[in-house]
Amino acid sequence: MIYREAGDFKTSYVADSQTFPIRMDRRAYWAALAVAFLVIPFVINDYWLNAVFLPFLIYAIAALGLNILTGYCGQVSLGTGGFMAVGAYACYKLMTAFPDINITLHVIAAGAITAGVGVLFGLPSLRIKGFYLAVATLAAQFFLVWLFNRVPWFYNYSASGQISAPERTVLGVPITGAATDAWATYLFCLVFVVASAWIARNLTRGSVGRTWMAIRDMDIAAEIIGVSPLRAKLSAFAVSSFFIGIAGALFFAVYLGAVEVGSAFGIDKSFLVLFMVIIGGLGSILGSFLGAGFMVLLPVFLTNVLRDGLGWPTTLVAHLELVIVGALIIGFLIAEPHGLAALWRTTKEKLRSWPFPY
Amino acid sequence: MPDQLLYAIEVSLNGLMAGVLYALVALGFVLIFKASGIFNFAQGVMALFAALTLVGIMDGQVPFAHLMNTVFGTDIHGFGWQVPALAAIVLTALVMVLFAILVQRFIFRHLVNQEPIILFMATIGLAYFLEGVGDLMWGSEIRTLDVGLPQGINETIDRVTFDAFGYGFFIDNLDIAATVVAALLVTALVVFSQYTKQGRALRAVADDHQAALSVGISLNYIWILVWSIAGFVALVAGIMWGAKSGVQFSLSLIALKALPVLMLGGFTSIPGAIVGGLIIGMGEKLFEFFVGPLVGGATENWFAYVLALIVLVFRPQGLFGERIIERV
Repeated sequence: MIYREAGDFKTSYVADSQTFPIRMDRRAYWAALAVAFLVIPFVINDYWLNAVFLPFLIYAIAALGLNILTGYCGQVSLGTGGFMAVGAYACYKLMTAFPDINITLHVIAAGAITAGVGVLFGLPSLRIKGFYLAVATLAAQFFLVWLFNRVPWFYNYSASGQISAPERTVLGVPITGAATDAWATYLFCLVFVVASAWIARNLTRGSVGRTWMAIRDMDIAAEIIGVSPLRAKLSAFAVSSFFIGIAGALFFAVYLGAVEVGSAFGIDKSFLVLFMVIIGGLGSILGSFLGAGFMVLLPVFLTNVLRDGLGWPTTLVAHLELVIVGALIIGFLIAEPHGLAALWRTTKEKLRSWPFPY
Repeated sequence: MPDQLLYAIEVSLNGLMAGVLYALVALGFVLIFKASGIFNFAQGVMALFAALTLVGIMDGQVPFAHLMNTVFGTDIHGFGWQVPALAAIVLTALVMVLFAILVQRFIFRHLVNQEPIILFMATIGLAYFLEGVGDLMWGSEIRTLDVGLPQGINETIDRVTFDAFGYGFFIDNLDIAATVVAALLVTALVVFSQYTKQGRALRAVADDHQAALSVGISLNYIWILVWSIAGFVALVAGIMWGAKSGVQFSLSLIALKALPVLMLGGFTSIPGAIVGGLIIGMGEKLFEFFVGPLVGGATENWFAYVLALIVLVFRPQGLFGERIIERV
């Protein structure tokens, strides 16, 4: 009833192969974009920006990146935090080395550098598979964090060992630094999110995405029918690291402003993004957004209810949060191993025939 | 003998001792992975939880005291008694068995036949859950654990080596005790799996689930058994690490150290876990000793991983793992 394709006729191949074949989906998509671009910038304030919107947008990009690698190409990675650190430090070095160039280009270049590093650490994936690979990507995580901690060139020999973003503007509006407006940073990140999602969606439904999925489903069979594992796996590592690098650059430059590598890009980040991908749904673009939203909102919700609402001490809330997050993850895996995206898919199926399912 | 060489020998001996402890954690991983195909990320947190429980029982703490005081406004702190170490260890072992039953009943029974990655994610969730529960139950302060193990420098070795080389080796008694305990534990495990009915059933399940089922072995029982043994191994590892560096959150991070040990030795091999642990324990200390000062130190954070990575590129199944045969 609510959600049906009856009467929605396609008259061209282009119309038939579009991303949202159902009219309601298309309308919902455009409505969401309109709200995101035209409504939220006018009502957003600093609390909502820093507690919800910026982390959501940035983690959504990171989750997209990891989902391409793990969900589409089947290579489990626990090095997300390390790759985000590469993006952040690349962005920092570029920002300080070329202050006259627009920050947008710096962020994209940081993504490209991370893609290169990702390919380098992706090389073992040609020999190592499954859990061995997952643990091998931990090598990237620990090595990269150590590198940025110990080699002073990366943090420009600053005494504290931290990196902090200098003020940069886009079209005259400050984006990084101390004096930024909520709407400006929000829109800056939103543009990156929309562009990433658009690229990711079109890559994954094209021939590149199909080679990735072939590798994921069975790499030997894929190799026999002519998919090059070298090209497929390394391109997945490159594209995935590109997005994760952009997320890391935005996380450092726009969201936090100043970063200490161990605490900001530790192994916890890797797990957090992996949880987003799993809870949202492996191999789903929508799932990356749902997962990011869920994992960002949950701690905010718990803090608000338990600490501010019931007045419990912070340490207790922090421990309870661990328990709840852990239990939710297990519960999710038992109830729906394919994540929120699969839940949404079932809901859609039900909505089509609702309220007369027979 | 030149001083540098003597230092190196001392460092590598201490590395071997640390390696024994890595191997202990890795052993828990291997047991569960062999029997159920679950890559149990929670092994390190299990060690932390076991150590916390042990300290809590020994000090006569009331579980969940902080939570109860907050929710019900009560003012409970402790039972006010001290439990002797041995009794507390037995009680903790019982808690770990209970934990194994609960894990099996409420988590993995519902996840039978899922893909390995889903099971792995579930154990990460379990790690978070258990860490939170441990903190809620017993509080999150750093605790000292003393079950009466010898501590401090071993004077005999110091004196003997001083007489022989003119330089006394510093070796902690605790490390020696840990090595002895680890050796006993491994021997006990080998005897158990070779000479008892349950051990045979366990090996059968590790070999082939379906064949084991068809000859009447209860998978449910075996999995509970395996998780209990892993819990017991975690308890031993927790006692050793806890006595060495206090019972605190960083204890759960030894799980991350045990992962490269596993990769190096192969996920399915118990000797592999031990040899891998020794290689990594010694390798990382020696690397830190010789190369660390040149590159800024703290190489222990990543050396084990990079070493394992390099070995894996040449031997994808690890040093002792079963050969991986893939078919379409």
